[in-house]
Amino acid sequence: MGRVVNDAMPLVRALRDPASTGTLDAAGWTALLAMARAEQLIGTLACRLDGLPMPAAAKRILAEARSSAIEQRRAALWEAEAARRSLVGLDCPIVLLKGTAFAAAGLTAGLGRSIGDLDILVPRERIAEVEAALLAAGWEWVKPDPYDDAYYRKWMHELPPLIHRERDRMIDVHHTILPLTAKPTPDASALFAESAALENGLRVLSPNDMIVHAAAHLFADGELAGGLRNLWDIHCLITEFGSDGLAARAERHQLGDAVARALRQANDLYGTPIPESRRTRDRADRLYRRRLLARDGWGRPTQRVLRFGFFVRSHWLRMPPAMLGRHLWTKWRKGHRPA
Amino acid sequence: MRIGPVGFRVGSDWRAPIAELERLYADYPVPEGGIPDFNVRLFAARPWRRLLRPAVVLGGDFVLPEAAPLPLAQGLLAAEMAMNLQMALGQRRYLLLHASAVERDGRALLMTGLSGAGKSTLAALLAARGWRLMGDEFALVDPASGLIHAFPRLVSLKNEAIEVVRAAVPGGRFGPLIAGTPKGDIRHLVPQTQSIARMAEPAQPALILFPRFGFEPAQRALRASEVFVRLTQASTNYVALGERGFEAMVRLVREVPARAIDYPNADAALAQVEALWGES
Amino acid sequence: MGLTGSAMGKAMVMQAMIFRAEPAESLRIQALDDFTLIFHRRSGLTHLVTAPAPEILAILQEAPLNRDELLARLGERYDLEDASPAALDARLAELIAVGLVEVQ
Repeated sequence: MGRVVNDAMPLVRALRDPASTGTLDAAGWTALLAMARAEQLIGTLACRLDGLPMPAAAKRILAEARSSAIEQRRAALWEAEAARRSLVGLDCPIVLLKGTAFAAAGLTAGLGRSIGDLDILVPRERIAEVEAALLAAGWEWVKPDPYDDAYYRKWMHELPPLIHRERDRMIDVHHTILPLTAKPTPDASALFAESAALENGLRVLSPNDMIVHAAAHLFADGELAGGLRNLWDIHCLITEFGSDGLAARAERHQLGDAVARALRQANDLYGTPIPESRRTRDRADRLYRRRLLARDGWGRPTQRVLRFGFFVRSHWLRMPPAMLGRHLWTKWRKGHRPA
Repeated sequence: MRIGPVGFRVGSDWRAPIAELERLYADYPVPEGGIPDFNVRLFAARPWRRLLRPAVVLGGDFVLPEAAPLPLAQGLLAAEMAMNLQMALGQRRYLLLHASAVERDGRALLMTGLSGAGKSTLAALLAARGWRLMGDEFALVDPASGLIHAFPRLVSLKNEAIEVVRAAVPGGRFGPLIAGTPKGDIRHLVPQTQSIARMAEPAQPALILFPRFGFEPAQRALRASEVFVRLTQASTNYVALGERGFEAMVRLVREVPARAIDYPNADAALAQVEALWGES
Repeated sequence: MGLTGSAMGKAMVMQAMIFRAEPAESLRIQALDDFTLIFHRRSGLTHLVTAPAPEILAILQEAPLNRDELLARLGERYDLEDASPAALDARLAELIAVGLVEVQ
């Protein structure tokens, strides 16, 4: 019986160096698969380990994970197409974000990736028309809560969530990549200016902007949930596109710190190639690393105290402290609990 | 443990549910190669809830965040439900039908319908009459071959059915009586030795029945399109399987006859079943 | 499709549109008794339809058409019972909503 697994390093090692899985025993594989599922990385793991020798059961489980990822990808690209068809009359730029963008553009970051909701970015001044068109085409609001709605519309970087009535799939419509109450203010028009068109007319961010967005989501959003997967996205993007001009672009969006930290963490965990000059760690990096790795051999989140701290921090980053108190109290009164 | 082709690992913050599972699943094999397909965890929502009014939260590889915790006294039920949830949300190799399945002479009878229609009870009673129980909750369809694969977990019996089955299966091994659940009293029956021993043997689907309890005996043939709709609505992973699922379901509804049967009591049902089986 | 405005305005808009069907290779069609099952590979969705949906798709797969042309072609090939432009508009809207037909 091997040593007790109490962080997610086995998963990081397996992704970084697939051949290292050759020495795993049954308990090791069990733990690896459980934490890969918990981190939404089992499809990615399946692609990374494709073709390597492994026990029959592991092979079967990973093959199923791969076919699951293929169906998820199909469903995600169809959601993008359905959104495109319903918005085509508006003649408005629509930028795909996150997993759907990676899949639509055929990037390595999209290989085996689990994709949930559709995220799109539209110009702020067009958002009312976009909302109307989506509602007319079969999407509807997820939660009609007056407080949430007012908060969302005034301060958030996205519409309240919409779900398609027939297909039961959600769409998140953003007009910038961070909430308006957050301190960094990304340059939304620059995001559009540098975006690239796909064959079907939908757009994706430039590679540098994709990295900035992923880093913003990971470190400026604060909660670090799903961190290893987001960090893997960043690793894939940098490996595929390099990091020329990334620092300057990050500064343009006031996200220099988040991007710098993302590079350090990716290099530290996944071995992403980054310039020597960017490797100096700061004190908080160790804390972030622990939080990113907080999964055990059952896929359970560990480090409970740390997690709560990050949840509170997430809200603090999204809005000034005074507002925070009011918002949290209201949320707590309605029975919301951090996950 | 391994149930049919699926291996599970179950962990728990309490010893009791694990002890019960070990006792009832004692004759089952272990997961293939020691690597389970799914992990289930029964845990306390807060550390102090392990002891104070202990409530079991269902966890595992696949979870439903809205699922309510169960009292520790229903720990065995929690484990069974959590395993079902892993299958329902995570199974990708086999098309899942929400049906019981029994086998005779290499051919399978599938019974599907709403909760309370009698699928589990009828399956247990048929097993007592010499049929091999393949499963009471899920029938697994192999998209490649069209064959039904067994998933013989503990049979879940409710309320009046408990006594009916106990009377019919005098030598049966039963789990504890779990009272006070939202569905009433529940008791689990361990499948017979042959059911466990032969769990890796698939069978050719030969008849699909949609039973309905509490009516005068009646039956009618169902059209393929109706069967298709009813079976897909009852399948938790039809959509996730994509085209493979579509082909498997079309083949099933085209090749296998289907009947809806109404029955007032178990004996009437069993008579109808045997008659229809003879015709198929 | 965001179709708003008066019924008259709606009819005029529908008349001008050209409709395109998902190509044959994207669809797996299986007939079962009175119904037709369509598995749409691109979306992974399964649709259960009756006439005139399969016929509409077959004709539009040959070439994109506007509504009047489609109605005429349907009339040439099949005996149409209670077919009207409005009825065809309704069927087309259903097919558009599920993604089997697109406005070009």
